[in-house]
Amino acid sequence: MIARLFEGVPRRGVALLAALLIVLLAAPWMANDYLLTVLIIILYSAYTGQAWNVMMGFAGQLSLGHAIYVGLGGYAAAALYVHFGLGPWIGLAAAIAIAVACGAVIGFLAFRFGVGGVYFAILTIAFAEFARIGFDHFGWVGGSSGFFLPVANYTRNDLWNLRGNPTMFYYVMLALTIAAFGLCHVLLRSRVGYYWQAIREDEVAARSLGINTFRYKMYAVVISAGMTAVAGVFFAFYYNNLFPEQVFHISRSIELILGPIIGGIGTLFGPLIGAFLLTGLSESMQEILTALGLDVPGAKQVFYGLCLLVVVMALPEGVWPWLAGKLGVTVRRS
Amino acid sequence: MAAEIYFNVAVSGVLTGLVYGLMAVGLSVIFGVVRVVNFAHGEMMTIAMYLAIVLFSGLGLDPLVMVVPLAGVLLALGYAMQAGIINPFITRPEYSQFILLVAVAIIITNVLLIVFGPDARNVQTSYSFDSFLVGPLIIDATKVYAGAATVVITAALFGFFRFVPLGKAIRACADNYTGALVVGLDVKRLYALTFGLGAACVGAAGAMLVLLVDVTPALGPALTLLAFIIVITGGLGSMPGALLGGVLIGLTEAMAGLFFTPSAKSMFSFGLLVLVLLFRPQGILGKRLS
Repeated sequence: MIARLFEGVPRRGVALLAALLIVLLAAPWMANDYLLTVLIIILYSAYTGQAWNVMMGFAGQLSLGHAIYVGLGGYAAAALYVHFGLGPWIGLAAAIAIAVACGAVIGFLAFRFGVGGVYFAILTIAFAEFARIGFDHFGWVGGSSGFFLPVANYTRNDLWNLRGNPTMFYYVMLALTIAAFGLCHVLLRSRVGYYWQAIREDEVAARSLGINTFRYKMYAVVISAGMTAVAGVFFAFYYNNLFPEQVFHISRSIELILGPIIGGIGTLFGPLIGAFLLTGLSESMQEILTALGLDVPGAKQVFYGLCLLVVVMALPEGVWPWLAGKLGVTVRRS
Repeated sequence: MAAEIYFNVAVSGVLTGLVYGLMAVGLSVIFGVVRVVNFAHGEMMTIAMYLAIVLFSGLGLDPLVMVVPLAGVLLALGYAMQAGIINPFITRPEYSQFILLVAVAIIITNVLLIVFGPDARNVQTSYSFDSFLVGPLIIDATKVYAGAATVVITAALFGFFRFVPLGKAIRACADNYTGALVVGLDVKRLYALTFGLGAACVGAAGAMLVLLVDVTPALGPALTLLAFIIVITGGLGSMPGALLGGVLIGLTEAMAGLFFTPSAKSMFSFGLLVLVLLFRPQGILGKRLS
């Protein structure tokens, strides 16, 4: 199994990957609390970016409403915890089930009726906005005034109830990111992965070769939705609060997909690189602006937008394909 | 409740919907020709709205008088955007164009936030509280002027595309990109002009909308979404469709606000959008895309 994971990866790539893994594993000993929080955000966006990449990068279905799966996952697990005392690991199963069902409904409706391209993207926005306004009026989980998980003093790390210090959350998120990375690596080289790439490149050609495009597009949506819901559960237990205006908002969906696009869409490392770059950029900009005394609301976002503009204009394929060339690690856009 | 209130709310919804429709006409024109979805559409609208407010509070210029000048300003802005940054992206994949325009949208929203702050602003004119009495109905005068101006502007734009050679040339680019190049049309320049015209609709609609709603920098993304809903409901790329979509959405939201709670009204617009996407993906007046 492990050997199969590294099949076809250049030796230099394996070495770099191992080095990165060691740094990430050792990070809690070297980083202070602030840096650890930033690393958690980076891994979180790398994970969600990877999940989104399954749908868009692999199968070519542009979703601009992925916040819906984060939100549904978070709310499902949080509601079970608060109302029924069921722990996050049971909540995880419910979260995945609900997000998969929602993804299946969106996918079924869109793909059955031949809704594709821009129209599909806007349908996904519509569902996410629908959920946002719906949850605003859903009193059982707090409505627009938010839903809160009880916060107690962390005397010890309780992995079963996902209560603990930032280091525990860091390792949980790292494990999730590695798992998602491994899963995507396996998926890309599986039969399903090749079907997805065929659909992404030319759907009509793929169908004429006998690929059941409806079924495989559904797989992509469902897997992506399920993976994203896991991040939602993490979000709920890490931040201990959920507001419909925050979790379902379209700007969450946009943030989620910027990483993989900037990093390199359809690549395994793209979401990771993109998350590092964008979160690092956003955080360091805050530091610089504060140091210069320019810390007015909005200034950070303006520079963020400008950087985004420059990257997307200069590196249309994303940063990773370019970086991989520089590092001498061959990259196949898969 | 008396029956009149339903009619009053309906008429008000239709007139407001017309202004939203004009904004959506801009989006539709841009998509119909350039094939780029302008994700910064609502944000450009907030630029026009803030300009109208500055001109009103600084120079006392009535926003309704500024409809045409502001359309001109936004035309220049739109032209510059297309010629400067969007033209290289017309052959790139959708997600790439999306990021480009999202970046533009982020910049616009936050520059407005820096300049004007987060507080809501509006314009009060001498006729803000005037109304017309038509039988049992009470119709807000501002909305009547705005609705009428929208119809005139859309008719003018329609005439331009139908009868003016330049407009015909733009339609030729939309119908057949390669063919337009072969007959010697400067497609890049025409694209820039189209984006400018789309932005001009936004400028005109923005000048009128400041009379109807309060503006904050955060209004931009909400307007972008609203424009999407309207054009997809009406038919992406169809001008009468966009106007019809605007009226339908305006009516739906007004009625939903009356029967349910105003905060849930957009849910009904999204519901309408989902229904249209499922049963008539090309929109009510749209042509089937190949």
